[in-house]
Amino acid sequence: MDLTLKVWRQAGANDKGALVEYKVTEISDHMSFLEMMDTLNEQLIEQGEEPVAFDHDCREGICGMCSLHINGEPHGPDAGTTTCQLHMRKFKDGDTIYIEPFRARAFPVIKDLVVDRSAFDRIQHAGGYISVNTSGNTQDANAIPVPKVDADKAFDAATCIGCGACVAACKNASAMLFVSAKISQFALLPQGKVEAAERAQNMVSQMDKEGFGNCTNTGACEAECPKGISLENIARMNREYLSASLGSE
Amino acid sequence: MKFDAKTPEGPIASKWTSYKDHINLVNPANKRLIDVIVVGTGLAGGSASATLAELGYNVKAFCYQDSPRRAHSIAAQGGINAAKNYQGDGDSTYRLFYDTVKGGDYRSREANVYRLAEVSANIIDQCVAQGVPFARDYGGLLDNRSFGGVLVSRTFYAKGQTGQQLLLGAYSAMNRQIARGKIAMYNRHEMLDLVVVDGKARGIIARNLVTGEIERHSAHAVVIASGGYGNVYFLSTNAMGSNVTAAWKIHKKGAYFANPCFTQIHPTCIPRSGEYQSKLTLMSESLRNDGRIWVPKNMEDVHAIREGRKKPTDLSEEERDYYLERRYPAFGNLVPRDVASRAAKERCDAGYGVNKTGEAVYLDFKSAIERYGKEQARIHNIENPSHEKIVALGEEVVRAKYGNLFQMYEKIVDEDPYKTPMMIYPATHYTMGGIWVDYDLMTTIPGCYAIGEANFSDHGANRLGASALMQGLADGYFVLPYTIGNYLADDIRTGRISTDLPEFEEAEKQVREKLEFFVNNTGSHSVDHYHKQLGKVMWDKVGMSRNEKGLQEAIDEIKAIREDFWKNVKVPGNMSEMNPELEKAMRVADFLELGELFARDALHRNESCGGHFREEYQTEDGEALRDDKNFAYVAAWEYQGEPSKAVLHKEQLEFKDIELKTRSYK
Ligand SMILES: Cc1cc2nc3c(=O)[nH]c(=O)nc-3n(C[C@H](O)[C@H](O)[C@H](O)COP(=O)(O)OP(=O)(O)OC[C@H]3O[C@@H](n4cnc5c(N)ncnc54)[C@H](O)[C@@H]3O)c2cc1C
Ligand code: SF4
Ligand code: FES
Repeated sequence: MDLTLKVWRQAGANDKGALVEYKVTEISDHMSFLEMMDTLNEQLIEQGEEPVAFDHDCREGICGMCSLHINGEPHGPDAGTTTCQLHMRKFKDGDTIYIEPFRARAFPVIKDLVVDRSAFDRIQHAGGYISVNTSGNTQDANAIPVPKVDADKAFDAATCIGCGACVAACKNASAMLFVSAKISQFALLPQGKVEAAERAQNMVSQMDKEGFGNCTNTGACEAECPKGISLENIARMNREYLSASLGSE
Repeated sequence: MKFDAKTPEGPIASKWTSYKDHINLVNPANKRLIDVIVVGTGLAGGSASATLAELGYNVKAFCYQDSPRRAHSIAAQGGINAAKNYQGDGDSTYRLFYDTVKGGDYRSREANVYRLAEVSANIIDQCVAQGVPFARDYGGLLDNRSFGGVLVSRTFYAKGQTGQQLLLGAYSAMNRQIARGKIAMYNRHEMLDLVVVDGKARGIIARNLVTGEIERHSAHAVVIASGGYGNVYFLSTNAMGSNVTAAWKIHKKGAYFANPCFTQIHPTCIPRSGEYQSKLTLMSESLRNDGRIWVPKNMEDVHAIREGRKKPTDLSEEERDYYLERRYPAFGNLVPRDVASRAAKERCDAGYGVNKTGEAVYLDFKSAIERYGKEQARIHNIENPSHEKIVALGEEVVRAKYGNLFQMYEKIVDEDPYKTPMMIYPATHYTMGGIWVDYDLMTTIPGCYAIGEANFSDHGANRLGASALMQGLADGYFVLPYTIGNYLADDIRTGRISTDLPEFEEAEKQVREKLEFFVNNTGSHSVDHYHKQLGKVMWDKVGMSRNEKGLQEAIDEIKAIREDFWKNVKVPGNMSEMNPELEKAMRVADFLELGELFARDALHRNESCGGHFREEYQTEDGEALRDDKNFAYVAAWEYQGEPSKAVLHKEQLEFKDIELKTRSYK
């Protein structure tokens, strides 16, 4: 198929960006969206132009590196799918596709479609861990049984890939879904309970410092999350946070 | 140069303990005076960074992604082995040791493998303590499954996302140390050279991939944890950025490169669909626990399927050739990866491939779905269930076990694997070769260590499933933190190492010149153009099976591609900004050198073993023919200005605790 692309080009963080139009032809149904972008880039290099910078690595939907706002949606039109797993069969010959970076104050653009998501890392530094040392002197793993239901719920929360689509989808650019996923994973496991309250407080306050917006329960994050992280986690985080605030008084 | 594996004396079961009892320790107050650089934050580098920081060293960690959490380890699906014997099926340290040595076709160092098996159980304890949500059974205890090539259930897993969960565990341990200021994390930084001062590794040259700035970083030791080089094939299951640069750069500075030709081809990948393809996707081999592999028995059916006149589901049991069950009755669909891969290729080469390119076989879940469905019906007391009911119940079980893999398949291929068999074909997956290290995990450059997939150790000629994650974490959490102390004990009075030394200046100059060359070259082809050419030569002539003629041709062809690359490559943009094309150019330049050494290594090894299959050396029924008399050694190559001039050193392998036997899975 032949497509018209409107791609956000921005030379650097301090430059003004703009949408630039490109045509690509002979795009196969079986290509992934990023392979379509590769095709565009080969074409640009051929013409002596700079290829479009975009983030990606695993191309298997697991590393969380790929981003892209495609026709107004983070990771494009397919539900539960990262951009690297989005396939061109979801588009039609002759379509015009708008490709922009994730937009949020806390995710500044670095170049073209690449944004800086290191705010997520800093939130994790604030408490996204269990304080156990790595000496290897831990007790036997089966000495701490975990009910299967809890283990499964913790696992579901732990599948967040840190892509930031939830932030990009939210009209307030809130990072609640992301943060609540980590808080929930640990709050659900016996190992993480001891510091659950402190963790919630520290991570939430770092989240605020990073300039993410507030949650107004619109649910756009859940709808756009490629890993199906549920809003239930936000409720759990609020409970943890609340009990932490009460406890600390 | 000294070339000594430094294997401790004594009985195998007590080597590691007595080693630990006798090494030098660094006083905690002195650890604060010592800096360690870790290149790579996958399972190996992440776990090492966290632990070294925990011990008190100042760690500087580097990765090319925007966050350590995105390292390629995140993509591992199937699971991690550990000799816990929770299932009571007879597992033990010795048995894991034995399986690994045998699975590696007797081309690994016994002492290292034993140590790996010994610490394996501890890895699980460590990860569980960190909150890694492994699969559990209804009693709340950890669940296990079995993997190709072994007869016990020793694989721990977290659905099909084990690598992700383990990496997030290591990442969280890193975060704790970053918060305490013990790890300085350099994201979006690429190491482009090693700095050696007075014969010791003392730092690196790195490029900040956001600003393009070239930086000097010094340390008392440098740890390379940069992963494998499977992307030398262009198409592989590795992440797009996975590369050999860090390993190759230290090779050029004196680290021997061992067994480059030992590469694992994984049997269960999604077949390629066209020229535009950028990478291949793996389907976890845990699927082979329940899936049965087959191709049609009759050529007419093959044609009918390829032309769309028949569907695989139209073929009866009798019309299918379950070739693994036929050839290897003892292990059936669970034979090791090299055996399964070659058997698939053999069937496809004979014309029985089931897709348009003729490069695909079926992986079928129909019998598993029915088997599980019947079991569920019995458990839930459903009398006389209809076939539909059985299938629905069975699909639920399969969904719980492999749901995300099935979903991934459906997204890529646009077919529902619950209803129709998956198509699979082998692809390059893991590299057993890598930087040669001794028992301490130190390379032939003093103070430079290599861990995880970047080193050559522990898997021999073939890696069994679920053992790479185990090795990465064993190295990082439990082995390196001890062995590095033994070396660093001598460095407590060295003080800070200046980055103004002439060695730093010179290394930076070299890096700068290379970068300048690329952005100023007026060529006509993209970097990918060359990478694809290299990949094609590698796959066709240095791939799943090799012969002398093909390898000789490959060596010449790779050289020619390399020459053309340096003349005609085109890299737009400049070097003082984010420039992904420039990053790729630097990496492909190194692949173009490694590829040649890889082919040379395959050419000199006149035997077949594990993942290395030389067509001249096979038994009458097409199985690999090993030559223990002449090749029971590690091939360690020393760089001498060019890959073609590399000098071969041999580390003779001794098998004292396991008898060398022909590997048979019949
Ligand atoms: C799809 C897939 C599935 C797998 N499944 C399993 C499985 O089920 N079980 C199993 O045991 N194994 C599995 N493996 C193998 C296993 O995942 C890898 O061998 C292992 O994760 C490698 O870990 P590592 O830490 O050595 O390297 P990696 O995780 O590859 O990390 C490399 C690190 O080095 C950094 N880096 C690289 N070069 C540079 C440079 N020049 N400068 C700075 N940083 C650099 C990267 O940024 C990254 O942080 C799988 C592999 C693949 C591809
Ligand atoms: S919660 Fe979902 S959308 Fe947000 S970062 Fe995690 S995976 Fe991405
Ligand atoms: S590239 Fe890794 S999730 Fe898309």
